[in-house]
Amino acid sequence: MNLGFQFLDWNLVSSFILKGFYFSVQLTLFAMVGGIILGTLIALMRLSGHKWLVLPAAFYVNTLRSIPLVMVILWFFLLIPLLIGRPLGAGLSAIITFTVFEAAYYSEIMRAGIQSVPRGQVSAGYAVGMTYAQCMKLIVLPQAFRNMLPVLLTQTIILFQDTSLVYAVGAYDLLKGFEVAGKNFNRPVEMYLLAAATYFVICFSLSMLVRRLQKKIAIIR
Amino acid sequence: MSWDWQVFFQDTGGGQTYFHWMMSAWGWTLLVSGCSLVVALTVGSLMGILRTTPVKAFVWIGNAWTELFRNIPLLVQIFLWYHVIPSIWKTLQGVPDFIAVVIALGFFTSARIAEQVKAGIQALPKGQRYAGLAMGLTLPQTYRYVILPMAFRIVIPPLTSESMNIIKNSSVAFAVSISELTFFAMQAQEETSRGIEIYLVVTGLYFVSAFAVNRVAAFIEKRVQVPGMIGSTR
Repeated sequence: MNLGFQFLDWNLVSSFILKGFYFSVQLTLFAMVGGIILGTLIALMRLSGHKWLVLPAAFYVNTLRSIPLVMVILWFFLLIPLLIGRPLGAGLSAIITFTVFEAAYYSEIMRAGIQSVPRGQVSAGYAVGMTYAQCMKLIVLPQAFRNMLPVLLTQTIILFQDTSLVYAVGAYDLLKGFEVAGKNFNRPVEMYLLAAATYFVICFSLSMLVRRLQKKIAIIR
Repeated sequence: MSWDWQVFFQDTGGGQTYFHWMMSAWGWTLLVSGCSLVVALTVGSLMGILRTTPVKAFVWIGNAWTELFRNIPLLVQIFLWYHVIPSIWKTLQGVPDFIAVVIALGFFTSARIAEQVKAGIQALPKGQRYAGLAMGLTLPQTYRYVILPMAFRIVIPPLTSESMNIIKNSSVAFAVSISELTFFAMQAQEETSRGIEIYLVVTGLYFVSAFAVNRVAAFIEKRVQVPGMIGSTR
C-alpha cells in the first residue's frame, strides 16, 4: 500500500494530537514529582530500621513491582470510585495510579542513592549535634538526589513511555490522539507510524540529554 | 460489599466457566511470554555481542537496534507489528495476531537484554579477550570459548528480572485482543461486575508466574556457577 501524509496539517495536529500530548506530559510530570516525593518517604521508611516502618514499605514496593502496570491501572480505575463513592475521570484516576505506582520504582532508586552516601557523613552530622531529620535533609538527601539524578530521569523517560498504557481505561493521551486522528481521517497506518516516530524522537533526545548530564555529574564528583 | 467467589463457576455463555476461560488465558500469558523470551534472548544476545566487537559497523547496528526498540513504548510497538507492518507488506496479512505480539514483545525486550549482555561482556577483564586471541583463536572462537561462557553467567541475575518483566509486559497484549490474563480480567469484569474477585485472582496468577520464573532462574544460576567466582558457594 502507499503511504500518504498529504492529509497532515497544523489543524489536525492542534485539534487531535496536542490535547493528548499535553495530557501525557502532565501525567508524566505529576507522577514524577509525586512519585519522587512519595518514593523518598518510602525509601526513608525502609532504611529507618524500625520494623513497623520497614515491613509496610517493603510490602508496598515489592507488591507494586510484581504487578503489571496495566493491572494496577485497572485496579485503581475499579477501586477509586468504590472508595470515594463517585466515579473519577480516567485522567485523574491515571494521575493517582501513576504516582502510586512510580513511587515504588523511584523509592528503589532513592534507597540506592541514600545508601551511596558514606555512613561516616551521618555520624559526622550526629557528632555536630544534628537530629536525624536534619542529617537527612541537609546532608544525605541532597547528595542522594544528585547522585541518582540520571537514574531518576531515565526512570521518568520510561514513565513517559508507560503513560501510553492509559489506553486500557480510555484516557486521552498522546497515543490516543494519534489513534483518534487516524480514525477520523481514515489513515490509521500513517498515524501509528507518526506516533512511533514522535515517541522515539522525544525519548531518544531526552535519553541523550540524560547521558550528557551523567558525564557532567561524573566529572564534578 | 460481600464476596462472591461463585463467579468463577458461572457459565460464560459459551459452554465453559470463567474458571476455564481464566486457565486458558493464563496459558496464553505463559505462551506469549515464553515465545517472546526466546526471541528476546536470541536477538538480544546477538545485538549485545555485536556491540562489543571491534567492527565499527556491527557496533553501529547493535546500538541502533537498542536505541530504536528502547525508545518506543511497547504498546506502540505492538500496534506497529499488528496494524502497520501487515498493511505495508500485504503478504504478511495472514500472520496470526499471536506472532505479531511475540515479535513486538520479543524485540522490545531484546533491546534491554542487549544492554545487559553488553555490560556482562565488558565486565570481564580485557586480558581474557587478548589471551584468547594471542592463543591463536579467531574472534568468533574467542567469544565462543572464552568470553561468552563467563559473560552469560554474569548476566543471569539481570536476565532473570527481564524474564519476570516479560511476564508483566505480556499484559499489554490485551490491546490487540489476545485472550491472555489481562484481557480476560477486563472482559470478565465487564460481563460479571465482580471485578475485585477477578482482579485478585488474576493478580495472584501474575505473582505465581513471576515467582516461578524467579525460582527456575535461581536453580539455573546455581547449576552453572563456576567454583571460585564471585557469588559461588562452592
